[in-house]
Amino acid sequence: MTESTSPATQRRGVPLWAQIIIWVFLVGLLAIVALGLNRAQQGTVQPGHKIDNFTLPLFSGYEYEGKSEVHLDDFRGKIVVINFWASWCKPCEQEAAELQEAWEQYEPTGEVVFLGVDYVDTEPEARVYLKKFGITYSNGPDLATRISQYFRIKGVPETYFVDREGVLQYVQVGPFSSIQQIKDILDPMLAE
Amino acid sequence: MKKTLFTTLAVLFLAFVLAGLAADSVSAQGPTPTDDEVNRIAKQLYCPVCESTPLDVCPTEACRQWRDLIRQMLSEGKSEAEIKQYFVEQYGVRVLNEPPNRFVSYVVPVVAFLVGVFVLFRGFQMWMKPSITEAGAAESEADPIHQDEYIQKMEEELKKRK
Amino acid sequence: MIADFGYGVLLVTFLVTVYSVFAAIYGEFKKKPAMVESARRAMLLTWPLLTLTAGILIYLLINNHFEVQFVYEVTSRSMPTYLKVTAWWGGQAGSLLFWSWLMSAFASLVTLRKWDRDREFLPWVIVVASVTMAFFIGMNVFFENPFAKLYQSFDGQIAPHTFQPANSILFTPRDGQGLNPLLRHPGMVIHPPMLYLGFVSFVIPYAFALAALITGRTDDRWIRLTRRWALWAWLFLSAGLVLGGRWAYDVLGWGGYWGWDPVEIAAFMPWLTGTAFLHSVMIQEKRGMLKHWNMLLVILTYDLVIFGTFLTRSGVLSSVHAFAQSAIGPLFFAFIGLTLITSVALLIYRWDSLKSETKMTSMLSREALFLLNNLLFMSILVVCFWGVIYPLISELFTGQKVTVGPPFYERATSPLFATLMLLMGIAPLSAWGHSTVKTLGRAIWKPTVGAVIITAVLYATYTQNIIALIGFFLVALVILVTLYEYWRGAYARQRSQDENILASFWNLTGRNRRRYGGYIIHLSMMLMAIGILGIEIFQVETQGTIAVGDSLQLSGYTIKYKEVASWDDRPSGVNYTRAVVEVYDKDGKYLGNLNPRKDYYYDSQQPMTIPGQLASLKDEVYVLLIDWEPISPVGTTFKVFVNPLVNWLWLGSLLFLVGVIIAAWPDKDPERVAVRAGKRAHQTSAAD
Repeated sequence: MTESTSPATQRRGVPLWAQIIIWVFLVGLLAIVALGLNRAQQGTVQPGHKIDNFTLPLFSGYEYEGKSEVHLDDFRGKIVVINFWASWCKPCEQEAAELQEAWEQYEPTGEVVFLGVDYVDTEPEARVYLKKFGITYSNGPDLATRISQYFRIKGVPETYFVDREGVLQYVQVGPFSSIQQIKDILDPMLAE
Repeated sequence: MKKTLFTTLAVLFLAFVLAGLAADSVSAQGPTPTDDEVNRIAKQLYCPVCESTPLDVCPTEACRQWRDLIRQMLSEGKSEAEIKQYFVEQYGVRVLNEPPNRFVSYVVPVVAFLVGVFVLFRGFQMWMKPSITEAGAAESEADPIHQDEYIQKMEEELKKRK
Repeated sequence: MIADFGYGVLLVTFLVTVYSVFAAIYGEFKKKPAMVESARRAMLLTWPLLTLTAGILIYLLINNHFEVQFVYEVTSRSMPTYLKVTAWWGGQAGSLLFWSWLMSAFASLVTLRKWDRDREFLPWVIVVASVTMAFFIGMNVFFENPFAKLYQSFDGQIAPHTFQPANSILFTPRDGQGLNPLLRHPGMVIHPPMLYLGFVSFVIPYAFALAALITGRTDDRWIRLTRRWALWAWLFLSAGLVLGGRWAYDVLGWGGYWGWDPVEIAAFMPWLTGTAFLHSVMIQEKRGMLKHWNMLLVILTYDLVIFGTFLTRSGVLSSVHAFAQSAIGPLFFAFIGLTLITSVALLIYRWDSLKSETKMTSMLSREALFLLNNLLFMSILVVCFWGVIYPLISELFTGQKVTVGPPFYERATSPLFATLMLLMGIAPLSAWGHSTVKTLGRAIWKPTVGAVIITAVLYATYTQNIIALIGFFLVALVILVTLYEYWRGAYARQRSQDENILASFWNLTGRNRRRYGGYIIHLSMMLMAIGILGIEIFQVETQGTIAVGDSLQLSGYTIKYKEVASWDDRPSGVNYTRAVVEVYDKDGKYLGNLNPRKDYYYDSQQPMTIPGQLASLKDEVYVLLIDWEPISPVGTTFKVFVNPLVNWLWLGSLLFLVGVIIAAWPDKDPERVAVRAGKRAHQTSAAD
């Protein structure tokens, strides 16, 4: 195939245009792989990152102040705790009670919002799970895995703490082992 | 002759691709969905939890839930297309076993193939053009020297003995 | 202690390979043959050194040295000794070491050959092989140390370190995690070595190709030196692929052997370019054409080999891999980029000296058909590469993750495979240099008529499926053409040599090993095609939950559920659940018992589904135990596949092995044969 550019006539070497095409193609290919690699190597969104607005539809019975859909930007001025979970995830069950307990403690302050983002789950099973652990804070499905993709989560459970200005402050990978752990993160943020 | 050969090849290739695109099965469902009916749809879906394992054979808990959901939706009388649509809305297009924009996914291989055919064809044209400057031009189609010696010997042998 | 020694040896090996690179370059430029000789000896040294390293690692694996992180991750006390040995390539660090070890074996072999006629290649072959080796060993030394030990610091953190950090003590876990049960299957024990052998042995042709480009000695010499290497490499790669398929069929429990998974495709891509190379190399030998193309194919094969290792090891394709954060991804990438750019630049630089010696004379000549064959192989490569890279592109440009699954590959490649089969039918009948429609038509009409008759019979008795019929027609055509060619050769020989026909067949193959080995490979491919057509087009499945005594029906077979039992095998830490089912055919005749199993491995908490298989040439009944409720014996779920013709695939692979071995078997003394052939040596020799 490449042979064709070298006819038996007296033309010397590879014509410049062909060289340019070859190199552009090669570099383009390498660039795509490099970008993909870069993406794979990135961890989750890092603290200090300003979190873009996203929309979370909520399961009925788990609405936020009667709204069946919330936007992150609606909570400017409040601290938002975003917890990714799934009903098929065993480690999630370890922290479910702690999260609910923390929610019950912080709800009265009116300064903290808990959002449960249900990752790759079916609604009936998710409801069974929410009921089983008596969870009352807002919960909704991660439609088309858009939110989890934005946060580049590596698995469930993962919890993200977003401050009043919408800036990510802390990332918890894996389950919380105690409610104290949650408090230790939230209290300094509240004190700011 | 050569032109027709290439055109046929290219047309054949395109035809196969198009036929494949058109051949999407239509679904039918009964009141109590069997495992087979569930699997028929599950086969075409991929769960993000276990990448590159089709849903019908994936052993994880998440996939079992998905299969139950398919069963439930089938019993509600949903069609295959509706179920797939639901899964796409819920979990994104990556649950499908093929990118939804088929034009984009097929255009590159087809174009690459056609470019290959073109380059090869041009190569043939240039090679076969008799050139006076080359010493090798003396060798022509009638010249049997470069023919496969082995085949030649064999043919002679066969002729002799017939 | 002994682990530290292992690391020391590894480090020395790395330095030796680096030395051999510089010594070879220095010796070449300063015209000091002694330095090149020293580089050659350094390269010879790597194999014993790596064998020692590997021996130490195996010692640690066998003797449960769980303080070594790698040993802890891949073995456990309950594993039998042979599995502990094969656990060597069951993890990241070990498999990189295994790669280097095989590579060094091949490099040593190549340096041991006689170099008298190819002195100028030697330093550059050493450079290319040593650079590749240094890269892989370097990764072991700096990033994936198989000898890293677990240390516990005073705050309780346990982490692997090569050297003991301050304020920490050695930590020895009581037991290891154990090898992934999926990797305990005999198929998996030999599949990676085969694949790696194939990967590694393709480095040798690449080294010679680059040596030819660098030195400017761009005649056919490098091809003559490496074509047998390439054939062996191809054999290993093919065997690796087939074994991988067999493993998937026996262990993964999805009733198939090939799922167009990116990892599989990564191993398939070098096979495609390698196969194209094996064909087009013949054009260069016989006609002095396509020199650029052959170079390009070798370069592509080499980089696809590295790319394949990279794809499966770096986590680019799937975010779930545990080693996604590992530093080896960017290194692999840099290495691929470097070698690809260097090779292509060299190829462009030497473009002019690689001109064709002769010209194409006919569109139907064998070289023209071989070019078509290359076009098709390259097109399949493009489909595969595009399918692998497409999700990456989609995510980068639209933020949307997509899956490219079997339907894409099947649709895009099946017309290409079909055309390849057609070519396989035509090409053996065409002559080098010159063929016309008339000569070709004369040769092909008899096999074509035969194939049409066979297809008609199949239409009447077996299937009306049009795609299957096209497939079977092509299979029949290729088989008949190949047998016809064989017969013509044997017949001619029999008449001229006064032998009986069997002796003729034997001697014909012996004298023209490459040609007839190739034909046997073609035949084996067709047997495999029968199996593939069978399973792709005619596979049926059913799943149902039944009670003891009940049965499932599928395509004439009755599968009757007799009993199920579950027990623990304490010493090996496995729970077995084994069902007994009876299979009857449509007349109610008892065919046999099957025992589908579900094994649960306690140490890794993984279940494994082992099918019960009832094989025949006609089809295979493949029963899986899906779900089993210990309390209610009413509900046991089985999945049954009937896979028609699938065993032709495995039969074909065996014949394939025979074919490649015939084609690749070393001649008594190839150099002397070539000398004796005298002036015609650069043309064709009898052994071809």
